[in-house]
Amino acid sequence: MSQDSHIQVIKKSSIPLWRDERVIKGIAQVVSAAFVIGFLIFFVSNVLQAAHNRGLSLGYDFTDESAGFPLAESVIPYDPSKSFGYAFLVGILNTIKAALVGIVAATVLGTVAALARLSSNWLVGKIASVYIEIVRNIPLLVQLFIWYFAVFQGLPLVQESIQWPGPIYLSQRGLYLPAPVPTSTFGTWIVFVVVGIVIAGVLHTMLGRYQLKTGRTIYPVLTAAIVLLGLPSVGWFLVGESPLVTDVPVMGKFNFTGGMQLTVEYAAVLAGLVVYTGAFIAEVVRAGILAVDRGQFEAARAVGLSNMQVLRLVVFPQAMRVITPPLISQYLNLTKNSSLAVAVGYPDLFYVGRTMINQAGRAVPVFLMVMAVYLFTSLTTSVLMNIYNRRIQLVER
Amino acid sequence: MSVTSTTVMRPPTPPGPVRWLKKNLFSTWYNTLLTVLAAVFVFFTLKGVVTWVFFTANWAPVTNSIKLFAVGQFPPDQLWRVGTILFLVSFLFGLSWCVWGGTVRTFALTLALVFGVLALLPISMELTLRLGFLANPVLTFIGYQVGRTPIGKSLWVVLGWLLSFVLTVFLLTGIEGVNWLPRVDTGLWGGLLLTFLLALVGIVASFPIGVLLALGRQSSLPVLKAFCVLFIEVVRGVPLVTILFMASIILPLFLPEGVRIDRVLRAMMGMTLFAAAYMAENVRGGLQAIPRGQVEAAKAVGLNNLQIMGLIVLPQALRLVIPAIVGQFIALFMDTTLAIIVGLLELLAVGRAVLEINVEWKLLNMEVYLFIAAIFWVFNYAMSYASRRLEVALGVGER
Repeated sequence: MSQDSHIQVIKKSSIPLWRDERVIKGIAQVVSAAFVIGFLIFFVSNVLQAAHNRGLSLGYDFTDESAGFPLAESVIPYDPSKSFGYAFLVGILNTIKAALVGIVAATVLGTVAALARLSSNWLVGKIASVYIEIVRNIPLLVQLFIWYFAVFQGLPLVQESIQWPGPIYLSQRGLYLPAPVPTSTFGTWIVFVVVGIVIAGVLHTMLGRYQLKTGRTIYPVLTAAIVLLGLPSVGWFLVGESPLVTDVPVMGKFNFTGGMQLTVEYAAVLAGLVVYTGAFIAEVVRAGILAVDRGQFEAARAVGLSNMQVLRLVVFPQAMRVITPPLISQYLNLTKNSSLAVAVGYPDLFYVGRTMINQAGRAVPVFLMVMAVYLFTSLTTSVLMNIYNRRIQLVER
Repeated sequence: MSVTSTTVMRPPTPPGPVRWLKKNLFSTWYNTLLTVLAAVFVFFTLKGVVTWVFFTANWAPVTNSIKLFAVGQFPPDQLWRVGTILFLVSFLFGLSWCVWGGTVRTFALTLALVFGVLALLPISMELTLRLGFLANPVLTFIGYQVGRTPIGKSLWVVLGWLLSFVLTVFLLTGIEGVNWLPRVDTGLWGGLLLTFLLALVGIVASFPIGVLLALGRQSSLPVLKAFCVLFIEVVRGVPLVTILFMASIILPLFLPEGVRIDRVLRAMMGMTLFAAAYMAENVRGGLQAIPRGQVEAAKAVGLNNLQIMGLIVLPQALRLVIPAIVGQFIALFMDTTLAIIVGLLELLAVGRAVLEINVEWKLLNMEVYLFIAAIFWVFNYAMSYASRRLEVALGVGER
């Protein structure tokens, strides 16, 4: 008992308070917290003060008011009488439209460029290298300006549209394409499509398993593909009236009516994002393929797989482990870079946010909304991709 | 054992051009097809580009506004300040070349060569400007010679660079009411000068903040760590445009009344905050690459936490991240173009303004923007080439 207290006394006296690590750490935390919180309080009080002095409101009540500004394009029907909140949603959807299509196209372009650069054909490899080295070293915004102002604005006027084979028209206003329009039988037909997808999926898994177990070749992919395409085509004729008709763009007095329009703004944003990000993805994919051991290629060739099979069955599954993490950050970069669309007038999230700030005069709330959406997208994407990444990582035994 | 065979083994014949062609271009029928298609594509692309560049294109907006592209609306009678800064940089490159050698040599020689070419360009140019360009390679040479004297120590060179940075800012802004160095409004800064300045200030100012954030993220103090993680992830999660926009539109609201921050400075603050978050992640990469044994050994010889960080871990970690920082500088240099969205007259904005000068130039978008693209490409390609050399020189990824 007395021994214990004696030791305690020694401990206490041997480490003075100002050298006790726990005390120092505690103080450091309190000081840093006080510093950050003080900073925040300073800023927030300034905003409140400024808002009070200038008669600005900081609430979110304006989101129900009529927006009053037009937007050049929208995925969902929009007109200026809709509310601010609705306009904001249009901006989000436009950003998603640019980002999703951009991600898919950039991945395809990047993979092709990477394979071309690794190709045994010297000329093809050089072309891919030149593309990658040129595009990666020019700022995206400069490329967007080139696409929008120099390429797309240089196209002929709408009255003198270039007509491609078929009812496809290209002009300064954009690309006009025939659009599929559902008719009354569309609902019945879509059932065939869904059933086809389900059966094809089940068949593919089951036949695949059976082939793996027995070693007999029974073509799971081919069978599934036949079902996937066959059922909808059979259904197409069974439902009677054609479920989809094409709406062809027709030149009116000043512009085309009908069909589907790809605006120049969207086309410029998409072209810029895809070409730019494609070059970065190409480097990511190339690094991934190069990371696969040479022996893997040779062994796969030795067991008699064709070049395509080597890539598809041996190289890509292993390369994906190396590729996925940097690929995720490229996808996020593309999504964030889509905010540059504002420079060419494509009404994406940032564009709508900026217009809302001008119209509603509530800089801080609108700005917080814009930031929150980007942050939410970034964080959810990285969480989802990390889960996927963990699933495909090498399981070491 | 006896040698039974007397035939001499010949070394394999070196592949001649024909064999090279066969192996790399015409190995199989589809490779041949691919080669032919690619050759046709290259031929028509090159033909189109060459005829456009030399015959179709009208370069008048570029050749008539070189000064605007270079320095924006900087007062012509004050251009000697920009010249002085270039002299200083040339001199310091010469000095660094002598002291550090290696990759810096490539940088210094390239820079000297570029100035030499500029001085001898066969276009109409004032004699003073020509002589000024010519003086740069000479100063690089003088710097190299100075480096061989006792001044040529690493410490002096680093101090020289830091001093040159301060001097640059000082020379460009000037002093209120001083006759020989009048104040130049930042609104007059523009072109390549502003582009470089934004990127340089961004990277230099973000360095200390980034190191602190990286250390904070690694620290064992939960509150401090949470703040650092929050800052880094929020900044990295949103586009640079929103941060620049915040710095230029929202920041003024956050300040007490009467306090005003210059527009260029606000953009610089935005760039710095943005760069700091990425810098922190780069530095963290370096910190994580230092083996635990280093920290444990340092503890064993009785260093305290501050000493371990300052003397053992950071010097090694920062050396590892130099190539990453060069890469980040390239990215930031490209990102400066976004300043156009908050209304600064950087290179791209100058391009847009130049198109408005003359009605006849209105449709010459391709010429102007390709010229800007070429400027960025040359600088970035040179920097990324040097960065790759640097990586090899530092042996990153080889240990």
